[in-house]
Amino acid sequence: MLKLESVSKTFSKDTPNEHKALDNLSLAVDSGEFVTVVGSNGAGKSTLFNAICGTFMVDAGAIMLDNKDITYLPDFKRARVIGRVFQDPMKGTAPNLTIEENLALAYSGGNGRMLGFALNSKAVEKFRTELEKFGMGLENRMKTKVGLLSGGQRQAVTLLMCTIVPPRLLLLDEHTAALDPAMSDKIMEITKDIVKSNNLTTIMITHNLNFAMRTGTRTIMMDSGKIILDISGEERDKMSLSELLELYSQRSDKVFDNDRMLLTKRTEI
Amino acid sequence: MSLVLGALQLGVMYGLLAIGIFISFRILNIPDLTTEGSFGFGLCVSAMITIAGHPYFAVLAGCLAGALAGVITGLLTTKCKIHPILAGILTMTGLYSINLFVMKGSSNVSLINTDTVFSDIRALLPFLSKDVSRLAVIIVLTAVAAVLVAAFFKTRLGLSIRAAGDNETMVRASSINVDRVKVISLAVSNACVALNGAILAQYQDYADISTGSGMLIVGLASVIIGEAFFGKRGVTVGIISAVIGSTIYRIIITVITKYLITSSMASASWLKLISAVIVGIALSIPAIKSAFAKFKMKKGGPFGA
Repeated sequence: MLKLESVSKTFSKDTPNEHKALDNLSLAVDSGEFVTVVGSNGAGKSTLFNAICGTFMVDAGAIMLDNKDITYLPDFKRARVIGRVFQDPMKGTAPNLTIEENLALAYSGGNGRMLGFALNSKAVEKFRTELEKFGMGLENRMKTKVGLLSGGQRQAVTLLMCTIVPPRLLLLDEHTAALDPAMSDKIMEITKDIVKSNNLTTIMITHNLNFAMRTGTRTIMMDSGKIILDISGEERDKMSLSELLELYSQRSDKVFDNDRMLLTKRTEI
Repeated sequence: MSLVLGALQLGVMYGLLAIGIFISFRILNIPDLTTEGSFGFGLCVSAMITIAGHPYFAVLAGCLAGALAGVITGLLTTKCKIHPILAGILTMTGLYSINLFVMKGSSNVSLINTDTVFSDIRALLPFLSKDVSRLAVIIVLTAVAAVLVAAFFKTRLGLSIRAAGDNETMVRASSINVDRVKVISLAVSNACVALNGAILAQYQDYADISTGSGMLIVGLASVIIGEAFFGKRGVTVGIISAVIGSTIYRIIITVITKYLITSSMASASWLKLISAVIVGIALSIPAIKSAFAKFKMKKGGPFGA
């Protein structure tokens, strides 16, 4: 399904700020898998997503999606088959457009009939039934500008925009991190429902190790642009959080800071 | 009476300019200086084709010429990554030479005793007075343009343009070609502006190479005055309010030139300063408001004087 082969990316090459964000990274994700990604700040998690989405071209390696080489495909063309939700709720929606207009944009995105009217009663009816499933009352506010919604509500709209035409691959980049705990759980629940009902192949970055282990079918851990741990199936089900943290510090020479879920060099403690 | 009709004619006609500026300034968030060149481009192209004996085709060709100017600015911005304002200045500067070339090297041409859309309609509807028939032509033209543009922004493409001006990251993530969308919207915006120039040439029966200068400010003033009355709402309301704003602006200008500016002042030369002041004040209203609110808070606080 998704295959990255020896992908590398270095930022600010040949300057004092040179930073190897992806280091000869290979990853294969099968159809229907739900992968969670954990790792410290700067481990290369978001860079991995940017590489898959085509935000930049990688320095070396190849990216395949559905057996098609997409290494050099521009970002907006990849977006036809890849849905992405960002951490920042402001990023995924257009604030001055109404909920239904935002959804119409996603619903129509990429198909050829650019001069047809964007909103018709059939589309609006579909948006309403989909929004009803969230139980957030958004179905009654379809003509409200998205800029007037809360972060969680915006994130719910973004999720629907990314999945109303089911993508081949769904990328979630810490999409609940900016929300309060209750809303974060709610959005997580919605996410699971959507992924399950559409059987979406999904990769989710999270700082929350609990989410990472309880959600999905496989967990990978990144550090310094590499994958240092890749567990799934029985091994993953049996693993406790402390075992995971122990494994992490063994392999990366760092420890997870439990309070803030940040990472510090072991030597510094 | 003819003063009122004259103000209405110009006001509604410059509504086309205001619609164009509304698209670039309010929807795309770019103060597009191409306007200054494309207005003149539409004017010159229309004047020359009218002289050649095709007044209706002249209006269409002028409009398309403006669209072309918009495409060039769009390509400079998106493909060559030039700052939008600089890209507009480049196109505007280049167009000055093009406009001179179109007018065969002379800086103005006269259309007196040439068949225009206005003279044609006048002959068709002899029962209307000259001013009324001219106003009718202008209202029909502006109304058609306004309806077309409003409908355009309800299509998928139009929605993509609005979103691109609003949140570019999101549009990129939703599989729309942002570059193409920007180029198209600059084309539509400048087509409206050039359409204004094209019809103006026939309206005033002459074309002058310098007519386009200062047009961006006139358009901005119209959009801002319109918003003062209607507020910032959807695109359809925005388009209507731009046209009405343009009419109000023209009435203000007429009143000023008629009653406030004495003959000792060369009246027309002050218009640009007046427009600049109106736009300058209007654009600083948010800053003035917040400064005033801060002042009030300071005064009203527990330690206030």
